[in-house]
Amino acid sequence: MVCDSWQGMLDTYLDGEIPDEEMRTYDAHVRNCPSCSVDALTRVQMKRAIQLAGKRFTPTAEFRKRIQQSVVPNRQRSFRLGWMLATAAVLILVVGTFTSSHMGNRSGRDQVFSEITDLHVATLASSSPVDVISTDRHTVKPWFQGKIPFSFNLPELQNSEFSLLGGRMTYLDQTPGAHLIYDVRKHHISVLVFQERSLPASLDENSLSPKNLPFNMETWTEGGLRYFVIGDASAADINSLAKLLRAAS
Amino acid sequence: MSGADLQLDSFEELAMPLFNQLYNLAHWLTHNREEAEDLVQETYAKALKGFSSFKSGTNFRAWMYRILRNTFLSSRTGLKATMTVPLDAENDGPEIAVEQDTPDTLLCERRNRELLQSAIDELPVYFREVLLLCEVEEMSYQEISETLSVPIGTVMSRLSRARKALRDRLRPQPQVGTITNAMEKGANHGL
Repeated sequence: MVCDSWQGMLDTYLDGEIPDEEMRTYDAHVRNCPSCSVDALTRVQMKRAIQLAGKRFTPTAEFRKRIQQSVVPNRQRSFRLGWMLATAAVLILVVGTFTSSHMGNRSGRDQVFSEITDLHVATLASSSPVDVISTDRHTVKPWFQGKIPFSFNLPELQNSEFSLLGGRMTYLDQTPGAHLIYDVRKHHISVLVFQERSLPASLDENSLSPKNLPFNMETWTEGGLRYFVIGDASAADINSLAKLLRAAS
Repeated sequence: MSGADLQLDSFEELAMPLFNQLYNLAHWLTHNREEAEDLVQETYAKALKGFSSFKSGTNFRAWMYRILRNTFLSSRTGLKATMTVPLDAENDGPEIAVEQDTPDTLLCERRNRELLQSAIDELPVYFREVLLLCEVEEMSYQEISETLSVPIGTVMSRLSRARKALRDRLRPQPQVGTITNAMEKGANHGL
């Protein structure tokens, strides 16, 4: 058909996504071609119908309020609260003068540790903490194929106290990664693996022992991958699992 | 006002106007009010936390939608949706328009919004999201490309196949089916 080449571009034309010059040529064609003009009209009607049908769901006022409160700074603080905050700010400033030399490097790093802690807690709080449920590393590892842009090795656990519960996909700073859950004496431990180069630059040391976290954590980099092991198990257990993972990688 | 408050102010100014649209898309993706609320809440929490890393001058809307989409895809519902529906090859040739616009005409004549909504609902998630971003959110191909992290060519082919899939779903059922149904009904009456 003469119009085949035009009709192949019809949607792009109606989306306004062809260059201006071609747009003018196309306009002229559509005006003079009954077949294309009818086709264009019905597709425009279809677009409008989808637009109307697509605006289907409206959030409740209560939900909007909840989100609004979470993003809006609270300016209705009482004088007392303001005074307390001012005092706290002064204290922070005083403490800051003693620790300022360390703060620059630590702030970004602490944010990552904080996010890792959040991922660990949120996952364990979930009703379905893992998406692949298996104690077999040969089942869990292949499950990540095609979901994350790297591969990693999992340790053999036969003669250890640890057992693998499963895994799920996760994101840190918009970077996809693997989240594995291990069990030791009823304590759940998260192992998170990401590509080192995708993470914030502040994690440049090979091995860190984060302090002041509500959980025990170990992290290191190996073969371009950054590993985090975190949980409420003892520091010795966290260290043992980290050693097994290091040996496997 | 502190620097943190200023940052919160600008985040609020940028993010809250997108609230209704983000919720609408979240509901379309999850098919469930509670899950949609969880998804939007997590999106705002992540965006607020990572706002300092947002590059000023780049597309904030695409950034927010990308967070929502990534959060959805890594959720249980999202993984299920993407695992059960395989995505075809992206490099299909341009779609040739149907000569008799039966589904479109039918749709326009009937103006049956529910029919269209259920047809959109049935689309695989990759088709549903690209169609909604284009038609409902009125995003440009470039914006969709940034949101979905795919090349513009992929946006075009995915959009084209989404529209075709939608038209196919709106196409009237063949007569054979109707006759078969009628025969089955007759048989049931006989029973």
